[in-house]
Amino acid sequence: MSWAIIQQSLPMFGKGFELTLWLSFVGIIGSIVVGLICSLVQYFRVPVFRQIASVYVEISRNTPLLIQLFFLYYAFPVLGIKFGAQLCGIIGLIFLGGSYMAEGFTGGFNGVSKSQVESGKAIGLSRWQLARYVVFPQGFSLSVPAMAANVIFLIKETSIFTVIAIPELTNTALDLIGMYYRSNEYLFVLVIAYAIILVPLSIILTLLEKRVRYGTFGN
Amino acid sequence: MADKVLEVAHLEKFYGKKHVLHDINFSVDQGEVVTLLGPSGSGKSTLIRCLNGLETYQKGTITFEGQKIVPTEKNWQQLRQKIGMVFQSYDLFPNLTVMDNILLGPTKVQKQDKQAARQEAERLLASVELSDYANAYPRELSGGQAQRVAIVRALALHPDFMLFDEVTASLDPEMVRGVLNIIEGLADQDNMTMIVVTHEMNFAKQIADRVLFLQDGEILEQTSSKQFFSNPQTSRAKEFLDSMDF
Ligand SMILES: Nc1ncnc2c1ncn2[C@@H]1O[C@H](COP(=O)(O)OP(=O)(O)O)[C@@H](O)[C@H]1O
Ligand SMILES: [Mg+2]
Repeated sequence: MSWAIIQQSLPMFGKGFELTLWLSFVGIIGSIVVGLICSLVQYFRVPVFRQIASVYVEISRNTPLLIQLFFLYYAFPVLGIKFGAQLCGIIGLIFLGGSYMAEGFTGGFNGVSKSQVESGKAIGLSRWQLARYVVFPQGFSLSVPAMAANVIFLIKETSIFTVIAIPELTNTALDLIGMYYRSNEYLFVLVIAYAIILVPLSIILTLLEKRVRYGTFGN
Repeated sequence: MADKVLEVAHLEKFYGKKHVLHDINFSVDQGEVVTLLGPSGSGKSTLIRCLNGLETYQKGTITFEGQKIVPTEKNWQQLRQKIGMVFQSYDLFPNLTVMDNILLGPTKVQKQDKQAARQEAERLLASVELSDYANAYPRELSGGQAQRVAIVRALALHPDFMLFDEVTASLDPEMVRGVLNIIEGLADQDNMTMIVVTHEMNFAKQIADRVLFLQDGEILEQTSSKQFFSNPQTSRAKEFLDSMDF
């Protein structure tokens, strides 16, 4: 293992690091938005949209991100729709993450007990009021652990972007290895770089889980 | 003749193929306290849950304050402001303080003035000796305290009619009396019309004007409290009373 080689590679890894962070961030925000929309449409049983949402969730959950990316990057241009690699990556990540987030929110809403819902009905709350004051506050708290797992999962999934040549962390490492044949050094940096993102994040998310459990439910 | 607040006629309820309520007929007068007694599984909960629309029924009619209820969810939603219900599991909303639990109905459902609603909530909390807990969260309360708050939450809407479903069944013995006292107060001082499902026989005997005895989804007896406890007519009711040990 040569420190000099590691040092020389750091500026390139720095760029890859930034890109991984940025793509993850946009992808996660987008996934939360899509997931929220799908879960609300399903909760309120909005006709048509509800069916669309469940078909989407099925497709998204049962196809690998790799295939989704190939589709966006290689198949869509044949149909005359062309995105840049990064946009493909973001769309793919949101397509994947939206369904995971949707299932997380839906799981939270469903986790609110029947007797809570009946207590709400018994004081005359309308369907919307019941959702607003009882089901959503409790359901969001219940969905936090699933959301946290999804966030970590999506960040790790960005490593697949390398197949469409987005120069994120994994792609950077594989490129360097291809050029200089120093896999030990570059893989070492790669692991450290992911750990720098994921370890603190996972600690923060665990704290958040504790907080919503004891926070929103009073302390 | 007293005004009938509630009339149930030929009510039938099925869970799928299972027939759980058979031709239920009874009425409740203004200010009357009816206790609904019967063994576990006889259909007491199902019956009173039909009376505020938490369960659907397949046949029969329910008439409330002279109006035959058209059982749509929208109508029930309106009626639940008039027909309060308290459950065994009390189920306060854990995400809201005691005060906000109580205010939800008056301010959001009935759009009452916030200040007035709060004053009323404070008065009600004081009446159940929980003034100090207005800003507490439900998980800080004992079962008995939570159940008292649940009763206040229902009363805050100023219902005309109350349904109590075994509200002391999940409480520690030392908490039971406090909750029963509140219900007695409602009956005696506020002259509240109510149906009470309970396993507390001494309480039932004391509070009830009339008893409905339910067995396997049928009303087997429907008599004055005095008559039921001193001289039950059916052998089933006799067996039931003997088994209750009080
Ligand atoms: N959701 C349900 N689905 C099917 N059967 C039910 C359901 N709820 C209650 N039952 C049945 O209906 C009958 C009456 O139950 P219930 O009203 O809870 O009795 P009680 O309150 O007198 O103990 C019982 O046989 C019970 O098993
Ligand atoms: Mg019951």
